[in-house]
Amino acid sequence: MELNIKREELLISQLADLLVNDKHVAVGAASPIPGAAALLAKEEAKIKNKRLRVTILHSNKYNNFTDGARELFDCAAQGRIDTFFLGGVQIDGQANINLVGIGKYPKLNKRFPGSFGSALMYFVVPQIILFREEHSPRTLVNRVDFISAPGVSEDNIYRPGGPKYLLTNRALFKFNKNDKKFLLSRLNHNETIETITNLTEFNFDVDKNISEMIDPDNERIHILRKYIAPMVSEFYPEFAKRIWDV
Amino acid sequence: MNSFDKISVKEIVDEVSDGCLLGIPADYSGVPMQFTKELIKKGIKNLRLYCLPLTTIQGDMLIGSGCVSEIEAAAVTLGEFGLASRFSEAIEQNILLMKDSTCPALHAQLQATEKSVPFMPLRGVIGSDIQKHRKDWCIIPNPMNSSGIKDEPILLLPAVQLDIFVFHAACSDRNGNIQIGRRRELATLAHASKKVFVTVEKIIDEDFFENELSAATCLPALYVDGIAVAKNGAWPCALPGAYKADNNEIKNYSIAAKTKDGFNQYMKLLLSK
Repeated sequence: MELNIKREELLISQLADLLVNDKHVAVGAASPIPGAAALLAKEEAKIKNKRLRVTILHSNKYNNFTDGARELFDCAAQGRIDTFFLGGVQIDGQANINLVGIGKYPKLNKRFPGSFGSALMYFVVPQIILFREEHSPRTLVNRVDFISAPGVSEDNIYRPGGPKYLLTNRALFKFNKNDKKFLLSRLNHNETIETITNLTEFNFDVDKNISEMIDPDNERIHILRKYIAPMVSEFYPEFAKRIWDV
Repeated sequence: MNSFDKISVKEIVDEVSDGCLLGIPADYSGVPMQFTKELIKKGIKNLRLYCLPLTTIQGDMLIGSGCVSEIEAAAVTLGEFGLASRFSEAIEQNILLMKDSTCPALHAQLQATEKSVPFMPLRGVIGSDIQKHRKDWCIIPNPMNSSGIKDEPILLLPAVQLDIFVFHAACSDRNGNIQIGRRRELATLAHASKKVFVTVEKIIDEDFFENELSAATCLPALYVDGIAVAKNGAWPCALPGAYKADNNEIKNYSIAAKTKDGFNQYMKLLLSK
């Protein structure tokens, strides 16, 4: 059977692959694709008789917290969250992220919502996955206009966590903490190293084992559409309706 | 004597004065929209909003209506429905002071007030532009040796006390205890505020303290200065455990609020209802 896999489903699948070793994944604001990926990884873990806990901040059902909104940050600081997702209106080559705006702060030309919890989560969660769908020279920049949270810190800063991956709709990068640089490791279909280079303002290295993104197999798509889609509609109804019409 | 003061939404609005520091709950924890509507009708000015940790339509409406001079928050957004346009435009036109923060810092500053200590330390944040622009925050060398990191700097945040905090809840009991469920950040906000008022869907003839489950999920009347009944008082926002958000209405708002004219028309209709 030929499956017509949607772009969002491919990205969900890429993210789910990065969660297989986790025990607890948390998902914050405005993150339907990471939310779906976390729930997918949880369903697949269940099949393998493994336990993955998922906390979706904007869901009452898929949530492990009872101590108010601060519990996410306390729990993360205690080292009880393995993976968290962050985005950015701009992300630069040193993995600094900007969620605040474009222009010279505080006199911004374009204001975005704000930094949310990134300035703590980026420091304390071991695997931070940066996720930004738009892959262009205006999103992946040399230097962000505002640092909501820095990609790397001095040695005397308490920092058990930090960036591990960056996924866009065109490519997957790994982050090399020692070189303070991204490493291009997977390409979406129809992309080449050249197209990615042209669409990325910052410099990056290329993985010698670079490969193409693998489409989700029939079983994964079946789980995603049958079980995960209705779950997502509980906390991201607009997204679920647009992608799966549920 | 009654064990609590039952008042009207208008009487709550009368408690809010120009320039005061008002606590704002997040979209998931009981947004007092009916109160907000009345506050805008009153023509309140120069409010300073303290969001725990973010605001959606409530903050955007207050800003668009010219009621706010300053806002401290980790984000102002309409979530799935995009940017909070009245907020973004006010920043771009330089008519609103934004104290950019991050969620755990907003919690910690209120937690300091809960404990009546002058400041609270927080990890992370150092090296961000948030920290660089917050002149009211400071960094000191960690005076304890527990972390094992040599010359570790640590961020200190000042205690913040709110003048007034208003939120909406599903119900209160006959003694004025408020059901807040798992939304414990409402308790943090209340503990750290000089005055607290609550709008509720209903007042029920029970005593939450007679039962372990309901006792553990309430804000005791001790922290509450007055309760008003406001049916559907969070609309169009959700009320946890009671009703979902009216997403069509929030979408309509997000489209209208893209321009000043659209916003004004939307508000004129809303306030006339």
